[in-house]
Amino acid sequence: MAITGAILVLFLIAHMYGNLMIFGGQEAFDEYSHHLRVLGAPMLPTNGFLWIMRVVLLASVLIHMYAAFTLWNRARQATAGKGSRRYHSKKNRTGVQRTYASFTMRWGGVVIALFVLYHLLHLTTNHIAPGGASDSPYERVVNGFQIWWVVLTYFISMLAVGFHLRHGLWSAVQTLGKNKARRQRAINAVATAVAVAITVGFLIPPFSVLFGLVG
Amino acid sequence: MRITLRVWRQKSRDDEGRMVTYELDDVNENMSFLEMLDVLNEKLTLQGEDPIAFDHDCREGICGACGVVINGVAHGPEVTTTCQLHMRSFKDGDVIEVEPWRAKAFPVIKDLVVDRSAFDRIIQAGGYISAPTGTAPDAHSVPVPKADADRAFDAATCIGCGACVAACPNASAMLFTAAKITHLGMLPQGQPERASRVVKMVNQHDEEGFGGCTNIGECAAVCPKGIPLDTISQLNNDLLSALASGKL
Ligand code: HEM
Ligand code: SF4
Ligand code: FES
Repeated sequence: MAITGAILVLFLIAHMYGNLMIFGGQEAFDEYSHHLRVLGAPMLPTNGFLWIMRVVLLASVLIHMYAAFTLWNRARQATAGKGSRRYHSKKNRTGVQRTYASFTMRWGGVVIALFVLYHLLHLTTNHIAPGGASDSPYERVVNGFQIWWVVLTYFISMLAVGFHLRHGLWSAVQTLGKNKARRQRAINAVATAVAVAITVGFLIPPFSVLFGLVG
Repeated sequence: MRITLRVWRQKSRDDEGRMVTYELDDVNENMSFLEMLDVLNEKLTLQGEDPIAFDHDCREGICGACGVVINGVAHGPEVTTTCQLHMRSFKDGDVIEVEPWRAKAFPVIKDLVVDRSAFDRIIQAGGYISAPTGTAPDAHSVPVPKADADRAFDAATCIGCGACVAACPNASAMLFTAAKITHLGMLPQGQPERASRVVKMVNQHDEEGFGGCTNIGECAAVCPKGIPLDTISQLNNDLLSALASGKL
């Protein structure tokens, strides 16, 4: 769970960086997209690097989901399906100290998985093409994000990613055995900072298009 | 002070159980929570009703027998055992809801009493060291660095009350298990079985039907002995090296 999560976080950072190239204009962005396809050539065939990445990411997502559903199922069995709502008392249902992010891990993860399908159909295969299809990745982005509801779906999804990372990053450090009492606050602070940075970084391009700063 | 109690009543393992309301008019704020239940039980006995069953022994916070969920929080509003909680932590007129620990691995026996023998089996699986019997060795024949001794001692203060399980949204007993792993893992005497211990104890934990830890932190927040959350990280670390080393 922690290792596959970490692979996905590294991917997110690279992906966010790539997205920010939208500010370099159409030529720079499309060039970057093309570059990804010929990366490693002539050692790798066209799209070779991309397919290696896709296989690693898909494997990570599947292992991550398998582990998540196993934990989810064990928690259901251990608590008669009720989790933190297993007491009659309605007081203190939100716990003594737990973060909001920790509540969103399971359903938030499902939202993120659905988002990934929608996102691939939108900007990779272009089967979903609000605002018009195009062969240029730059135009797909600009066409799509001029529409308010497209930006809204991405906004909600990126909030889900942000919360998932807030708890997930901290949790991964603890799972890998690297938490110490004196480091715990710092680890949590870094988890929050990285989660906010990734969320904001992903949201800048869609909002820039919506407000006419790009395109 | 006047208190309204809503208490979980369940006649036996197979009984359905329900919340029952009781009124108490003469609660003294210096009573402990268990003394308040004693007063109620005397009243119930005089009225010919079945008194409320609850676990307790030392009543001084060291045995780990007591422990109920009070207003949704394991051991109630103070970070201490239920026997060390006093009625001054509540206000006149309060409604107090009292329930047993809830987890599949802790079945309710009667009212507020749960069966915690799953904890014993986790300890049996690996929470021990092998030492030759006979004359006790000199206390300082095996030097232990002060910091290690302190951490081992802090972890050893776990009284096995089960609040960590009751508070955990996953009903995981990782904090309890990690306390023993840390206690023995910090000491030279615990080294020979260190790798096999963590594997056996975690396996037993899972077999008992406790949930998996997702690092929420509610356990350490309610633990009356202040077992820190990083003991779970230490357990994970030991588990990873045990699995990597292959010497189980
Ligand atoms: C169906 C999709 C997903 C589901 C159901 C899911 C669910 C979960 C769950 C249940 C956890 C353990 C949570 C905890 O510690 O409380 C977790 C951890 C984590 N997730 Fe996801 N997740 C999904 C997708 C993702 C994605 C797309 C990413 C990356 C962007 C990600 C990154 C992480 C990280 C870094 C962790 C921490 C690992 C650890 O605790 O050791 N997850 N996820
Ligand atoms: S770790 Fe704390 S809460 Fe859990 S059983 Fe031990 S003393 Fe009780
Ligand atoms: S009765 Fe012993 S700890 Fe409460």
